[in-house]
Amino acid sequence: MSRNKKPSIEAGSSGSRRAFLRSSIAAGGALVAGSSSARAQSDTAITQVQDWARRLGKGVDRTAYGQPSPHEKDVVRRHVEWLTPSVQTAVNFTPLHELDGIITPNGLCFERHHAGVAEVEPDKYRLMINGLVERPLVFTLDDLKRFPRRNQINFLECAANTGMEWRGVQLNGCQFTHGMLHNVMYTGVPLRLLFEAAGLKTSARWVMAEGADASAMNRSLPMSKALDDCMIAFKMNGEALRPEQGYPARLVVPGWEGSLWVKWIRRLEIGDEPWHSREETSKYTDLLANGKSRRFTWEMDCKSVITSPSPQAPVKHKRGQTVITGLAWSGRGTIARVDVSLDGGRNWVAARIDGPSLDKSLHRFYYDFDWNGEAVLLQSRAVDSSGYIQPTKAELRQVRGTNSVYHNNSIQTWYLKKNGEVENVEIS
Amino acid sequence: MSRSPERVPRGVSGARFAPAFLLLLGLAATPLGPACAAEPGRGFGLGRPATAEEIRAWDIDVRPDGRGLPEGSGTAAEGEPIFADKCASCHGDFAEGLDRWTALAGGVGTLQSDNPVRTIGSYWPYLSTAYDYIFRAMPFGNAQSLKPDEVYALIAYILLMNGIIADDRFALSNENFNSVRLPNENNFIEDNRPDTATLKDGEPCMNDCKPQVEVTMRARVLDVTPENDDNGAAKRAIE
Repeated sequence: MSRNKKPSIEAGSSGSRRAFLRSSIAAGGALVAGSSSARAQSDTAITQVQDWARRLGKGVDRTAYGQPSPHEKDVVRRHVEWLTPSVQTAVNFTPLHELDGIITPNGLCFERHHAGVAEVEPDKYRLMINGLVERPLVFTLDDLKRFPRRNQINFLECAANTGMEWRGVQLNGCQFTHGMLHNVMYTGVPLRLLFEAAGLKTSARWVMAEGADASAMNRSLPMSKALDDCMIAFKMNGEALRPEQGYPARLVVPGWEGSLWVKWIRRLEIGDEPWHSREETSKYTDLLANGKSRRFTWEMDCKSVITSPSPQAPVKHKRGQTVITGLAWSGRGTIARVDVSLDGGRNWVAARIDGPSLDKSLHRFYYDFDWNGEAVLLQSRAVDSSGYIQPTKAELRQVRGTNSVYHNNSIQTWYLKKNGEVENVEIS
Repeated sequence: MSRSPERVPRGVSGARFAPAFLLLLGLAATPLGPACAAEPGRGFGLGRPATAEEIRAWDIDVRPDGRGLPEGSGTAAEGEPIFADKCASCHGDFAEGLDRWTALAGGVGTLQSDNPVRTIGSYWPYLSTAYDYIFRAMPFGNAQSLKPDEVYALIAYILLMNGIIADDRFALSNENFNSVRLPNENNFIEDNRPDTATLKDGEPCMNDCKPQVEVTMRARVLDVTPENDDNGAAKRAIE
């Protein structure tokens, strides 16, 4: 009916070739009615009075908490069943291919749990600070909300994001290759203020953050980072944290790997040495080709990806004016520039960054071009404010091997075919 | 205002610590309002002292130096039935791991192979991590339910399955815990990134950066994306 209507991508089949072809045909049919080359046939989306233009719509309060349009029902988090042994220890993925701007809606922020979602009652929420402090303290949620607050927009990326692609391409969708990523405005209390309240002892060098969930998730954090820009957040994008994001309070560790951002945080212990918890020894250490492993690889390296076109977001309009868009981010600061290649990295052109350029936040980039309808090998390459250049897969494998699991920030290649379909590929 | 010395928390004036801390105060540029500047910077009178009993209830962590280990002991022989009852349904009778659940034993000599198996015996640097993690997170779905003697016995059993101890009557305890070292301890190194090019190595190439480009691998060949998941191709999990 309307050519702006999303093609009928069915839930559970949006990535398949069959679904793509169906939607292309549907879109093509609509184009005939609406395109300038077929003026003889008027567009019934205009000539007929639509239902929504004649009849009264729903009143207020139909949904006390607003929901997306039913036409957007496929814009959801998805998980890859075979990645993890149980749904309580699983991860799902942000639908990056459907989003724009830099802020991730709260309900689409990817989830990663170690023992499921803790359903903490806010009245029973407590945050304890103990260890090398003058005054071990306990705060309620109301106590935390009486401290001076800070707002900051930060990306959170799981260290294992793109980890399934170390040895080769295997997931056909930006949501799955890069979707352990979100970007949210947090409101909370700087750790520095809480530590001032407790009084750090001179030997205080490390902080252990511990969650209230059934894995009591714990990670060590150096005091310098804790005092720099970390905070206990109780709001995300203006509203209370979602349960799956740590309600009622979580740790925010800007620019550093997601597993440090302990959710449902119940305790901060101050110490003089790191704890070497399971999540910083057995996991979240980076095995190199020589059998050595890097540990405490906290910082997220500069990275970018084209979110559309991508396998789940094919080009449906044939040749002509085309928007390439994507995200770039760095745990070391802001993004200085993003370049885009249409020929698999032989030649590059500067992309346009639009929207806020904030420290340790997602940046949105665009490259607008006139597609000639021929096959294209799309890539993006970001450079951050520290001068770090996003590497190719080959460069990363050369220094790390393929067993690292974590911190794969290499350049992604999407193969845009003549028919508009897009595939995750690796190139020479 | 936030840079004034009065805002430095009490007791952080140690010589090694102070310079970094002052630097960080400058970098953080925390946007605190005037009301904050008027406060003494000692917590705004918020929070209350934690009681000793409360700290005991939550302070469950154990460090590599043994700090935090509770009193207790257990042997592998005592651990075996506990393991069979509470652990083996996921980790296997011999801690070898079932399905996608973690293997806790074996894997020695695999870390440089194409299929590294990261177990307590082959990979973990410190045994204390096993105590810390088992008590806080295991058994899966019944966390913090094990008694100290049970945790020591389970760890002894896992050590036996890894061949790190040979005697199933050896009683692992808080007294002798640190005498057991794990073989991979010295194979962890500090983060030395960035390990790829930065602008110091030159501007990134913009034109004619490489010869002809060919597609060498395609996701559709493996085709393990959830919506397409209709064949049984090999899948590499993230663990």
